[in-house]
Amino acid sequence: MQFDQLLQYTLSGLSTGAIYALIGIGFSIIYNATGIINFAQGEFVMLGGMLTLFFLEALKLPLWAAIPCAVAASTVAGLLFERLAIRPLRQPTPINLVIITIGGSILIRGLSMLLWGKDTHAIPPFSGDDPIAIGGATILPQHLWILAITVIIVAANRFYFYHTISGKAMRACAYNRRAAGLVGIDVRRMVLFSFIISSAMGSIAGIIVAPLTMTAYDVGVMLGLKGFCAAIIGGMSSGLATVVGGLLLGVLESLGAGLISSGYKDAIAFIILLLILFIRPQGLFGKAESERV
Amino acid sequence: MRFRCIQFFSAVLTLFVAQAAFAAAPIKIGALFAVTGPAAFLGEPERNSAKMVIDEINKAGGVKGRKLELVAYDTAGDATKAVQLATKLIKDDKVVAIIGPSTTGESMAVIPVAEKEQIPLISCAAGSKITDPVKKWVFKTAQNDALAVGKIFDYLQRHKQTSVAILTVSDGFGSSGREQLKAQAAKFGITILSDDTYGPKDTDMTSQLTKIRGSKAQAIICWGTNPGPALIAKNARQLGLKIPLYMSHGVSSKKFIELAGEAAEGIRLPSGKVLVADVLPNSDSQKKSLMAFVKDYQNHYKAEGDHFGGHAWDAVMLLKGAIEHGADSPAAIRDQLEKTSSFAGIGGTFNYSSQEHAGLGKDAFVLVEIKNKDWVIVK
Repeated sequence: MQFDQLLQYTLSGLSTGAIYALIGIGFSIIYNATGIINFAQGEFVMLGGMLTLFFLEALKLPLWAAIPCAVAASTVAGLLFERLAIRPLRQPTPINLVIITIGGSILIRGLSMLLWGKDTHAIPPFSGDDPIAIGGATILPQHLWILAITVIIVAANRFYFYHTISGKAMRACAYNRRAAGLVGIDVRRMVLFSFIISSAMGSIAGIIVAPLTMTAYDVGVMLGLKGFCAAIIGGMSSGLATVVGGLLLGVLESLGAGLISSGYKDAIAFIILLLILFIRPQGLFGKAESERV
Repeated sequence: MRFRCIQFFSAVLTLFVAQAAFAAAPIKIGALFAVTGPAAFLGEPERNSAKMVIDEINKAGGVKGRKLELVAYDTAGDATKAVQLATKLIKDDKVVAIIGPSTTGESMAVIPVAEKEQIPLISCAAGSKITDPVKKWVFKTAQNDALAVGKIFDYLQRHKQTSVAILTVSDGFGSSGREQLKAQAAKFGITILSDDTYGPKDTDMTSQLTKIRGSKAQAIICWGTNPGPALIAKNARQLGLKIPLYMSHGVSSKKFIELAGEAAEGIRLPSGKVLVADVLPNSDSQKKSLMAFVKDYQNHYKAEGDHFGGHAWDAVMLLKGAIEHGADSPAAIRDQLEKTSSFAGIGGTFNYSSQEHAGLGKDAFVLVEIKNKDWVIVK
């Protein structure tokens, strides 16, 4: 086993893992605000990529304009989803909410299929695709974009939750919804916010990964599941733990495919998911009852 | 006694009338295509082509005065659904033959139904195992993987690239290709140094390619359908792999070039002749069929016809041929299909017999290379 091979596996794994982390944080933000797992999270990832393509090709916008438009449009979709599907629910028991998010994901996927067809599409990379050599390994400029944007988003997230009033309010909801309501925090508004933030994050993840992995109406399913794994490893924290969870998952997958057998790549992710759920349901880094935001 | 007599005659009369009505009725042909789902790139052009050619046959007055009616269902690439719909075609729609399904997995699932109900099935999928061993009621129009593998190996052998790495997708198409690659390697004096797979939904194959880079392989053969191979092409470019990349006929459509972009340059693959129809010599027996198909498809759908659509085109034309010979029941159609010889279609020149239900020879494929975003025939 040579060093440059290991380096390549690790670098590939880190960039895939960064995407899992972004999607995973989207899961945990909504989980913390509402107590539900939003299984439609993967679809916002897909919407990010497909909407960018739509703005690029149908409206002929340049890439720098298409991306904010796509993020805005997916955020509106997230907002509508909360308003039309989550809020009107009379008995918001977790099981009802979970089923609604699954239904929502099928609906979003179906509509995208009707709208944009079933083909896979490629999105141009942000800044060329000439490989960059690091040691004996190579990465693409797009990988750097992915890592940089992930860092910025995680930092912005941290700032929002710890240094703004609405972020602190959202943390309060995560600790205790009833108490938060009693001190005058509009819990329903916070739920709406959580959907807005996580759909925006999901779509950004979808956009920055699309030049590498291409996009289609059904890419959300697998990416959503991997993001969910990342969130579980991170113990549903919307901070660093989920990021580490995502990176860990990405690197393990990549090493597993390279060193053991490529056939087991997805199995590795789901075995980790099951092991964590069985042995450490509070997450790899969590204490039994930990701060979750 | 007299009453009995009347009863008998009326029965005969009813039968006769029914028979007459039946004769005027169109001949129903069933079709199962994966129009939606992951294999939609196969199913959609197949359905379009089948519709197109049946419309045209009917416009020209049908076959021996009888119109053809296409009953097409969408299997969404799902084998369970394909089996249900096959049963529906046979029991409810009472079709005389079934075209499809689009994928090898679905075809294998539907075969027992067709065999049991004794309805001829003309599969549009490529897997060799569909007609090997020969099943009485099952034919296929797509070129066998074995032929495609042979085409690549033949080229590699002539160019002395005898140590190869294979990278196949873990679905029906990929595993069938993998079996063929491994089975035929020895015959061409080729050693497989590494044997890797990837999932149909995987988004990064650099791990597998890094592993291959570490081996002494002189060429990589990748077996899959879009979008995986396009990602592999991009990953290979990222890693700066110098060894040539060979793909399967599963990606021989413009879509692959579009998806892989720059990374597609220099990739070689076996392909049906549709892609290069216009540059084929006029002496090629398939040229007439190919040009007609490409032109028709362009007129009907404003898109380029590909060889996937061609599989359905061939299937309909083969059925038409059988019906022209007077067959209109499932059994008669089957017998006539088996007698098909030298039918120059889209996929190749078909010669069916009781031992051969795939019907195509090595000339069904040409090896092409991608140059300047277009196909060039490689000798």
